[in-house]
Amino acid sequence: MTTETPALSRLVPVRRWKSFFESYGQEFVILAALVVLFVGVGFYNPRFISANNLTSMFVGNAYIAIAAIGMSMVIISGNIDVSVGSLIGVLGTISGTMAVNGYPVILCWLVPVLIGMVINAGVGVLVAYVKIPSIVVTLGMLSILKGGLISVTGGAWISGMPPEFMIAQFRLFGLPSSVYFMVVLTALAALWMKYSPFGRAIYAIGGNPEAARVTGIRIQPAIVGVFTIHGMFAGIAAILFATQLQVIQSTVPPNLELTVITASVVGGVSILGGTGTVIGSTLAAILFAAIGSSLVFLNISAYWLRAVQGLMILATVLADMARRRRI
Amino acid sequence: MTLVLNRMLRHEVILGVLLVAALIVLAGQSEHFWTADNLLNQGRLMAEVGLIALPMTFVIVTGGIDLSVGSIFGLSAILLGVFWQNMGLPLPVAMVAAILVGGIAGLGNGFIITRFKVPPLIATLATLALYRGLAEGISQARSVRGYPDWFFGLGQGEVLGVPSQLWIMIVCFVIAAFILGLTTFGRTTYAIGSNEVAARFSGLKVDRAKLLIYGASGLIAGLAAVIFVSRVSTTRSDMGTGLELDVITAVVLGGTSIFGGRGTVIGTGLGLILMQALKNGLALSGVKGDGTIVVIGAVLIAAILIGNLLSRDGD
Repeated sequence: MTTETPALSRLVPVRRWKSFFESYGQEFVILAALVVLFVGVGFYNPRFISANNLTSMFVGNAYIAIAAIGMSMVIISGNIDVSVGSLIGVLGTISGTMAVNGYPVILCWLVPVLIGMVINAGVGVLVAYVKIPSIVVTLGMLSILKGGLISVTGGAWISGMPPEFMIAQFRLFGLPSSVYFMVVLTALAALWMKYSPFGRAIYAIGGNPEAARVTGIRIQPAIVGVFTIHGMFAGIAAILFATQLQVIQSTVPPNLELTVITASVVGGVSILGGTGTVIGSTLAAILFAAIGSSLVFLNISAYWLRAVQGLMILATVLADMARRRRI
Repeated sequence: MTLVLNRMLRHEVILGVLLVAALIVLAGQSEHFWTADNLLNQGRLMAEVGLIALPMTFVIVTGGIDLSVGSIFGLSAILLGVFWQNMGLPLPVAMVAAILVGGIAGLGNGFIITRFKVPPLIATLATLALYRGLAEGISQARSVRGYPDWFFGLGQGEVLGVPSQLWIMIVCFVIAAFILGLTTFGRTTYAIGSNEVAARFSGLKVDRAKLLIYGASGLIAGLAAVIFVSRVSTTRSDMGTGLELDVITAVVLGGTSIFGGRGTVIGTGLGLILMQALKNGLALSGVKGDGTIVVIGAVLIAAILIGNLLSRDGD
């Protein structure tokens, strides 16, 4: 049996279902966890699955799922970004400040996204061409963005944005726009990662940079591209973050980068690069939102949330390492 | 061998020149900078980061990283309060227990990294959340105050005119410099960072060394936490948030390669002093606390940038 090649197994229908399950195993596990959580907590306290709670859960957390899409791409390419939380804080503040000062709404939405892309393209250049490890560059960016933001704004609250600016509060067929953003962007990114040459190149670079280079993939521009796209997702996330409430606090949301990275990793993006999907990271972001919300409904102190997060990321990573060793 | 030694020395010489230049500029900015009071006070303020930077140098020399030190710091600080006030242990016992908890947390990191082969970056990112979460969950955001007066001698007192924690830091510094520079354990540390597979095949006890190093990292973070609590006379669960950034910046600024295999404790000391001098000098010339974070981030990136550009011909 050991001589059977993967190519052959793909021709057999029964095997195809199995390999489908293997490549999306993590996503199914999270989906199952979500179902168990919704049924279990909903049974204990039906208000957990009320439309109101579900809506506020999605509106409040869709931006994390969207930021996790870009983060997943960065991690799949074998890098990491610990500055995304600060970037979202900075871009959200820029967007809100522009809106208050009467700039056209379209500009208030687009300019922060562009700035996010430019900043992260710079990070990409430092990682790809100057060969500074991404952890160091983004640690530096974290303190530059965070310190810069607080020293410029003093952490002041921004309020009085025009209603037409509040894109996260728009509704279509009764559903908040955040949900559409999350679903559409996840679907587009998943298809693009799976079928576009660039998407495949990201997997190849993360899996084995040397092999990718020999196959003719131009690694350096691709890394800059990945970071730029990640900047775009961070920008969109920042707009949704800035428009979900009537006020924006011009600081960095605490531990946001960790939540985003956790969503990616728990969603099945391997920390060693080369594997994972953005569908998994979005599901994981929803799972976190649901866990956070369920603690309230189960009367457990919210102060334990971070410990639960830590345990989950640890369990997922250990499972990932165990699976790799078996293969 | 001499080539390696030359390169190490070169980075430290550059750093030394940079430090002297920074000191001269900063002394020109404010007459308060170059006073014994200010300098000793700065020594007090940098002791916690300085202590944690010592084992972090070992960690980074092995090619690893420990992002969880800030969280271990917070966990030990909280547990010090809990052991003493809620569980009624005598304060000295509570102090030792809090430090030991730090050591156990560090050993936990080492265990995950060596036993399950999880990359240190991810393992400690996970425990960063876990340990901070435990600190928050245990404390429920309540702070502990009302420590007895003698306890403050550690963080606020002086011995022979020098802040007590500065003595502790100097002793630890000498020990760390000795171990990394002059013992077989130090050579093992470099060997792991240069080529882990080769180190393993040479019969070095790689896993045991890593376990000890990560354990020491947690233990020292616990010690620093006790000193910090004594300095600020209260405990809160958010203590030490972002501390890992300061520590890693000091170590990397000190010339330790983030890829492992290269770095010295003396370099870390210089990096640390440069960082603290920048913070203090900027604060004295009117830059607010958050502005100094920007400078430190920029200095971190610039230091590696320059290092990479310089070493390109060498490689």
